[in-house]
Amino acid sequence: MKLKPLDEKKVQSLLDEYKNEPVYIHVEVTNGVYASHNNDEVFNAGTFLRNIPITYTEGTLKGGNNFEHRVGLKLDNGGWVYVTGLSHYTVNENDEFILHGIDHSGKLAAALEISRKEFKK
Amino acid sequence: MTLKEEAHVLVVFPHPDDEAFGVSATIMKYRDMGVPVTYACLTYGDMGRNIGNPPSTREDLWKIRKAEQEEAGRLMNLSELKFYGYRDKTLEFEEKGKIKGDVLELLHELKPTRLISFYPGYCVHPDHEATAEAVLDAVAELAPEDRPTLTLVAFDKRTYEDLGEPQIQTEVRDYTDRKMKVLSAHASQTAQLLIDLSKDTQIGELARERWFEKENFYLYDIEDWINNKGNK
Ligand SMILES: [Zn+2]
Repeated sequence: MKLKPLDEKKVQSLLDEYKNEPVYIHVEVTNGVYASHNNDEVFNAGTFLRNIPITYTEGTLKGGNNFEHRVGLKLDNGGWVYVTGLSHYTVNENDEFILHGIDHSGKLAAALEISRKEFKK
Repeated sequence: MTLKEEAHVLVVFPHPDDEAFGVSATIMKYRDMGVPVTYACLTYGDMGRNIGNPPSTREDLWKIRKAEQEEAGRLMNLSELKFYGYRDKTLEFEEKGKIKGDVLELLHELKPTRLISFYPGYCVHPDHEATAEAVLDAVAELAPEDRPTLTLVAFDKRTYEDLGEPQIQTEVRDYTDRKMKVLSAHASQTAQLLIDLSKDTQIGELARERWFEKENFYLYDIEDWINNKGNK
């Protein structure tokens, strides 16, 4: 299945599908390693977390009016995962539930991915 | 400047497409001379922000870039393309000596007389810097008579000011069409450049001048690396 513009109903039901069981997540926010090479004004911040095992008991999609969508996952230990800037989604052939934020120039800006199996190393 | 005959040229870069911009025509020139060229590509570029158009996903990008590199390799008539499968962005955090070990193994196997990689301190991206360090650490371990000539790529903004005129400037004008095809093979990463190159404007002019006239390299004395490391 190809990456598609985020469908609120479908994404919410997918968040419900992966809840209350052990899953792995990939989380990412980036403005690109070349950001400050191309523009001195840019402060280059970013993160990625890969193959982090969690269990979440609440998973909610919000936003989407004048803002990009955001997702909050409340974890079984009381912790949180929060990602904003999401615009697209898909579930691939490995049952990996993928949420991406694609910026105005078509580049990946944010990602939250949830899978029952580990992501590729 | 004409290229010298070599027994074997080894190219080491971290990302599929690192060779396309500033090295691919030189690779093709060597191949046309009958010189074997091996490209060791340390990652699949799986963490790139350009994920294609229409966008693929973070999980599929590595397959796309691997296939693009294979096609570019075919177009350049590479003797050998080797992938190491490290995760993009993580090279500088890998176990100390691991990547150096991979490069050293390759140096022993191929016995290259010339090595093309990045110039330490002047290659912008942390993976590029980590690659340069691993390559130089590996070369430093070879006996002096076994060391390949180091021909390095620098593109930091300070390059010209600090390093001066590149000692090796390969004329690549005759390779414009073929280099264009190599750049096109890396479409997921080069889409914007391809648009710029096709423009009948100053942007197009500058891009064509930058990529299709000369490929620039700096010679590097490994003794500088060995001595500077000792001082750190
Ligand atoms: Zn690169």
